[in-house]
Amino acid sequence: MSNLWGDSLSSFWSVWIIVITLGTIVFCWWILFANRKTDKQPNEYGEVETTGHSADGIDEYDNPLPRWWFMLFIGTIIFSLGYLLLYPGLGNFKGLFGWSQENQWEQEIAYAQEQYAPIFAQYQEIPIPELAQDAEAMRVAERIYLNNCAVCHGSNAQGGYGFPNNTDDDWLYGGTPEAITTSIAEGRNGLMPAWQQLGDENLRNVAHYVLSLSGTEHDAERASQGEAIFTSACVACHGQDAKGNHAIGAPNLTDDVWLYRQPGQPVLESVLETLRNGRNGHMPAQAAYIGEDKVHLVAAYIYSLSD
Amino acid sequence: MSTTFEHPTYNYKVVRQFAIMTVVWGIIGMGLGVFIAAQLVWPELNFGLPWTSFGRLRPLHTNAVIFAFGGSALIATSYYVVQRTCQTRLISDGLAAFTFWGWQAVIVLAVITLPMGYTTSKEYAELEWPIDILITLVWVAYAIVFLGTIKQRKTSHIYVANWFYAAFILTVAVLHIVNSAEVPVGFMKSYSAYAGAIDAMAQWWYGHNAVGFLLTAGFLGMMYYFVPKQAERPIYSYRLSIVHFWALITTYMWAGAHHLHYTALPDWAQSLGMIMSIILLAPSWGGMINGMMTLSGAWHKLRTDPTLRFLVVALSFYGMSTFEGPMMAVKTVNALSHYTDWTIGHVHSGALGWVAMITIGSMYHLIPRLFGGQAMYSEKLIAVHFWLATIGTVLYITAMWVNGIMQGLMWRAVNADGTLMYTFVEALEASHPGYVVRWLGGCFFVAGMLLMAFNVYMTVKRSEREQAPVAQTA
Repeated sequence: MSNLWGDSLSSFWSVWIIVITLGTIVFCWWILFANRKTDKQPNEYGEVETTGHSADGIDEYDNPLPRWWFMLFIGTIIFSLGYLLLYPGLGNFKGLFGWSQENQWEQEIAYAQEQYAPIFAQYQEIPIPELAQDAEAMRVAERIYLNNCAVCHGSNAQGGYGFPNNTDDDWLYGGTPEAITTSIAEGRNGLMPAWQQLGDENLRNVAHYVLSLSGTEHDAERASQGEAIFTSACVACHGQDAKGNHAIGAPNLTDDVWLYRQPGQPVLESVLETLRNGRNGHMPAQAAYIGEDKVHLVAAYIYSLSD
Repeated sequence: MSTTFEHPTYNYKVVRQFAIMTVVWGIIGMGLGVFIAAQLVWPELNFGLPWTSFGRLRPLHTNAVIFAFGGSALIATSYYVVQRTCQTRLISDGLAAFTFWGWQAVIVLAVITLPMGYTTSKEYAELEWPIDILITLVWVAYAIVFLGTIKQRKTSHIYVANWFYAAFILTVAVLHIVNSAEVPVGFMKSYSAYAGAIDAMAQWWYGHNAVGFLLTAGFLGMMYYFVPKQAERPIYSYRLSIVHFWALITTYMWAGAHHLHYTALPDWAQSLGMIMSIILLAPSWGGMINGMMTLSGAWHKLRTDPTLRFLVVALSFYGMSTFEGPMMAVKTVNALSHYTDWTIGHVHSGALGWVAMITIGSMYHLIPRLFGGQAMYSEKLIAVHFWLATIGTVLYITAMWVNGIMQGLMWRAVNADGTLMYTFVEALEASHPGYVVRWLGGCFFVAGMLLMAFNVYMTVKRSEREQAPVAQTA
């Protein structure tokens, strides 16, 4: 019997809960039985006398409790006592079934593992480029994507403000099967430092230079002044050719893709905001959450989207 | 308001004030409900402004219908009933006037602060700490007036309606003070005194008992006076009222934990919330039986009396939602219904079907009497109002049942590979037609309230015309 009693509550509180719970139920039982019958007999019309007190002209009959209602009340009390015997409820007593919401969850997860793990495992050995061609596998993968990834990247996988588009060919951390798998399994942390210390005038010049890299509309005068600052401050991460660096997730600045641009926001404004305040992108690691097999499938799915 | 209608013994002035505000806040609160229902159908109606967004207007809707409409109705009827059944005047006209102006001030402050974004984030207890203090003061004054009047009664017996009103007043005081315990950190900002699962338990102990004592016990008090009065029949069973009263107030206290099934709340607390909710079924139905059986021998009156029809249909919706509640408190059912529109439907079958209908019926009985007449301006308009309200309620709750069960089933549906069959957005898209029907139901209900406002206005105006010469000669 020892496993029926947990020790999550101190014995005082456990006893306290048991006493007031059973006390409440006993009270209901008592009030029900103490009032179930009336001494008065119904008259020839089936009516019982009134109590005699009248409130603003309202009299009260003293009919006995309806039998079906009385039985219903008893029934719910008996059900509840049975429930408290079988399930946790009375303080630290865990109930004869030994049920808890944690072990219910664990059992459901174990069942799902057993049932579904082989379905995902069968794709584990197939290389990603090949898997991406497998229509049935991609249908499975799409469902995993919609349930786990779409919340940030969108159900059309085209991303949003701060969330990369998974359907284009622009990769922060590389588009090889290995790089995609790593991004999903281990997550990514992108960091763009803030450059406020350079002063707003300089940042404005750099911003115009950045716009010029992708042929976006800009002020040529300012851009040429910004180039020197770009060469000294930005190339370390974004590279001499400004095409970015997959190793650290530094974006390509020449392709006119703007991760942090609000809908309708001028590109210049979003770049200035980035320069002034920096950015901190976070892709959470999924391996521990959905498992390696599903990571492999989703990686193939994303690979297939940008093909 | 003119002094034309003063009753020689009773304080009817404060009752009239609360009764009129019941109609006014009903229209505002339910109108807001229709507006936010429209926002769920056409999101553009949020207008991209913070103070017109759903998140800020929804608590304003709930506060306006529960505390402004429901609260005013309860205070109006309790002041009327306690005077009539105790055969004595309210103990203090000054305190009674304070409860009226204080309560209206609370609501006006809610109308201002909630759209501005001031909120404690506790459901149905969103108002910030300075307003919480005002609520406490007004409520204590209300308790003093009501209980003091009972103490001064000229009758030996305390009528059953007053038990329910008294239980509601005392419990709401305790609930409000305990759940609103908070640490102020600024003029309009505070943090709850509780943390984590305890905070959640305090919140739903409050939240469910707001339903249990304000929206159930309080309105049962209303039912116990206005049903026998309108039907002109004795109450069916005195002993049934004793059993169901004590069992109801004892077990309701425990039921709040059913709002927290499958959460961080310990298993034992969840189970107790569930079983007490099930035991609650019979005590809840006791009130329905006593109301319905009171009509035996008077059923024919339903054909000709639309006011009585409101009261009886209210009892039917009450019986239905108090069956639905215990059922939804069962863990297995709750696993499907929780977080879906079913909950919204359940609340509204209580709020529209029971609370609003019993209030409307009571007001149609009460208002002409407060203004020195016997009947409303137009019986026909009451009949039309009855159908608008009934159709509106049925549309609302069926739409939410369909939506809720569909959402619950869609969220848990899995493919052969164990992945979820539907994304959240797909369940939301599938809910759209239900949202349109719900909005339509709300429109019906508010249309009925507008008819009521017109009917009340004409009743008061007619009475004023009839009474005026008498006042001049006096």
